[in-house]
Amino acid sequence: MKDVDDKFLKNIETEFPLREELRPRRVTTPDGQEIEIEPLKDYFCEAAPKVHPKAYIPIVEDFYNWARANSLWILGFGTGCGAIEMRPLMTPRFDAYRYGIQWRPTPRQANLLMISGYLSVKTLKRAIRAYEQMQGPKYVVGLGSCTINGGMYWDSYNTIKRLDQYLPVDLYIAGCMPRPEALLAGFMELKKLIKAGKGEGANKYAENFATYKANQKSVIKDWDMPDYNW
Amino acid sequence: MEMRHLHALLKQRHSLGQLEPKGGKLAFVTVPRENLRGLLTELRDVHGFTHLVLLTAVDWMEDGLFQLTYMLNNRGRDMTLGIRVMLDRQEAQGDSIHDLWPTAATYQRELKEMFGIDFPGSPRIDEEFILEGWTDLPPYRRDFDSLAYSQQTYAERPGRVTHDPREYMKSKLYPDGV
Ligand code: SF4
Repeated sequence: MKDVDDKFLKNIETEFPLREELRPRRVTTPDGQEIEIEPLKDYFCEAAPKVHPKAYIPIVEDFYNWARANSLWILGFGTGCGAIEMRPLMTPRFDAYRYGIQWRPTPRQANLLMISGYLSVKTLKRAIRAYEQMQGPKYVVGLGSCTINGGMYWDSYNTIKRLDQYLPVDLYIAGCMPRPEALLAGFMELKKLIKAGKGEGANKYAENFATYKANQKSVIKDWDMPDYNW
Repeated sequence: MEMRHLHALLKQRHSLGQLEPKGGKLAFVTVPRENLRGLLTELRDVHGFTHLVLLTAVDWMEDGLFQLTYMLNNRGRDMTLGIRVMLDRQEAQGDSIHDLWPTAATYQRELKEMFGIDFPGSPRIDEEFILEGWTDLPPYRRDFDSLAYSQQTYAERPGRVTHDPREYMKSKLYPDGV
């Protein structure tokens, strides 16, 4: 039921000025030249993501998917309490490496983004950047009830409640928080999805790019990055 | 005992309120805003309360007041003293103590963002602290309705139900209604 007795300002229209270092301006280079720079354009490629077509012959695509399923590289980016459960997975006790799953420190080297719990609006911004910088094909897994329906942060002023509005989620692992065994089961499930050709998150993101952007911008009010962070 | 002693000593000079002891090592006392700086300085320099444990606020919306609580700790004698100051809620302005304890500047930035209490002169007080792009009432104020805000701002997944714990337990434990 909607809470009708609401008291807050609702200034949705407030404009945020771009941060100083992101504004277009003239600068002097170390060797004395005067140049125009426009950081948001100069540092990023402006092209929106494209749908990656399937291989022409199904058996080739199946082979690709088999290979993709066996090469999962997780971005070591913990967003909520669930990040704690990823640590034991990296150690001999649970040892996710035996399934060919490993962690990488940067988005460029990873293809699986684990959103490990609640996402505040501030972290969402970073998660989007990280996701967009990852190379396709890429997958997103949401851990815990916070990513599914808000979990215990259902009435928080600063956390999103439904991850799939903002990023294309391939799989959710339920629990608060899910145990390492549940994560392992989730990884196996993800492998099955990818092998079956259903790990199409990156293409879904490219197809519905406008919708995703609109959703993201509706909560991130000081949008100070390019539309696509490739 | 020591605490009472200290209170008796400072009471007159700083127009302190009643001492409220909470166990042996912790006590609270209220001080008028204009005496705050003098009291803090004396506690720090003369009585060994060298550590500012925390600075926090309480919103007494019905009374039109903000309460600031400065927790000071004397490590040598293992005593903690909470100093309370009442501010007018409408004006929402306190006095910065960042020159007494530099850490206070961080607390004051947080209070500015979360309660909207201003501390003129405090370093970087107008910068964003934790929130980014916040456009609404400061979220820790009690007139900010967190539930309504989240319902109207963030997309929800349908199907989530909430039970009144009391009614729910009753129906589970006594299905016949006895
Ligand atoms: S689902 Fe539970 S454990 Fe996971 S982030 Fe939310 S509150 Fe934390």
